[in-house]
Amino acid sequence: MANDLGFWTLQALNALQLSMLLFLLSIGLTVIFGLMHFVNLAHGSLYALGAYVAASLAAVGGFWMGFFLAPVAVAGVGILLYSGLIRRMRKSGPMAQVLVTFGLIFAMLDLTRIFWGDLALAIEVPALLDGRLSFLGVEYPTYRLFIIALGLAIIAALAFVLGRTQIGAMIRAGVDNDAMAACLGINVERLFFVVFCVGCALAGLAGAVAAPLLSVTPDMGLQILIPTLIVIVIGGLGSLKGAVAGSLIFGFVQTFGAVLAPQLASVLIYALLAAVLVIKPVGLFPAKG
Amino acid sequence: MLELNAVQSGYGETQVLHGLTLEAKQGRVLAILGRNGAGKSTTLKTIMGLLPVKSGQIAFDGKPIPARPFDVARTGIAYVPETRDIFPSLSVRENLEIAASRFGAEGADWTMERVLDLFPRLGERLDNGGTQLSGGEQQMLAIARALLMNPRLLILDEPTEGLAPIIVKLIHDKLQELKAEGLSMILVEQNFGFATSLADDVVVVSKGQVVWTGSAEAIKADETAQHTWLGV
Repeated sequence: MANDLGFWTLQALNALQLSMLLFLLSIGLTVIFGLMHFVNLAHGSLYALGAYVAASLAAVGGFWMGFFLAPVAVAGVGILLYSGLIRRMRKSGPMAQVLVTFGLIFAMLDLTRIFWGDLALAIEVPALLDGRLSFLGVEYPTYRLFIIALGLAIIAALAFVLGRTQIGAMIRAGVDNDAMAACLGINVERLFFVVFCVGCALAGLAGAVAAPLLSVTPDMGLQILIPTLIVIVIGGLGSLKGAVAGSLIFGFVQTFGAVLAPQLASVLIYALLAAVLVIKPVGLFPAKG
Repeated sequence: MLELNAVQSGYGETQVLHGLTLEAKQGRVLAILGRNGAGKSTTLKTIMGLLPVKSGQIAFDGKPIPARPFDVARTGIAYVPETRDIFPSLSVRENLEIAASRFGAEGADWTMERVLDLFPRLGERLDNGGTQLSGGEQQMLAIARALLMNPRLLILDEPTEGLAPIIVKLIHDKLQELKAEGLSMILVEQNFGFATSLADDVVVVSKGQVVWTGSAEAIKADETAQHTWLGV
């Protein structure tokens, strides 16, 4: 096994695919956290909602309808959440935010049960992405390669927007120091709203692309929440680089840990998290340096 | 131009300004002097909307000043905070562009070229990160960024704090140039000589209230006021 290059390539691709899925979730959460100082534990529920909406739409109009419309629908729910709850709770402190958004997880859990029932849903992989491709000497499912490519494309797009555009500079300035950004005439509240909606849409997209791989169940949002928070803590709050690094570290440690030290796999990532918290409590690449 | 009338403000439950009244006039430099904790920085933060006005009024050009900082900025007031607050994840160029993009309309007084003429050292550091600059360079950047907002009123909080004497002299000369051009300014400063050599008008603040008002020349001549309120 140790000398089989194909085996290692396969594991690396699995790790990369898991990392990209986690990245789609963590980037929205980390920038919302960094920019708005808002702890939205219900972000995972938006991922679950994305998966359910995608599954329902796929049943009507096929995979691509779900793929394109689920992020829009989840962003719509994000708008409602923002206007009805989050805007009012911006100044209420982290403890109140954690409690309310934690409660929201269970409210959304029950809502998905009411609408879609307790049974797991499944989506077929679209014909275009079905089958396997030969990649670096291994046969790998095309759909999983698609997730990796999608994740990389979104990293590139976000790197461009955050690093090369005026709105990206405004977001970074807001994460660095929202009060000073406001003194320069930037409407930080409106910026928060845009970032929040994009973050929700990306969570919905993550749910839509995860749906064909995993069973769509009401608690899938709760299951993904802890890994997402670990990604953010390891990577550091508020930065794209941190979300990429945290996702890759989580994906690779989880995947290779399960192969190389299966008896330790479940604690490995927590040990790493503890090590990061001891050595660099702000995470590897926090936005605020 | 800017009038504060019986303003009360502070941090949460802690009240710092107890009915502060002052006026900054068009085309003049007003220095706000006072000991540590007197309420000088709190006054500036309250003007900028960073702290809420609990009672009293602030008016700019006769109209009530907006409550939110970004609206205050849009009325034509630019702020250089004591901590400079350069954005660390933005380059020097981006720190400048972020101000210029919103206020640098065609025909505006202050352009990128002009602020780089004023502070040529920034031109050599455009691609550096905001926090890779020395304290003096950060102060230049903070002032340049504020000027790119093409303000009608420039507010500076302790612009000489922690700077080497040679940089203090440079900042002084640049602010003198801005004054000569007729830019209205409010200056909070611990350095008595620096403040009074730039200012036309002076107010002294103690325990959140104005306790002395007059010209810069008058405070320079009033040793009792200097001793009583400023410990000079």
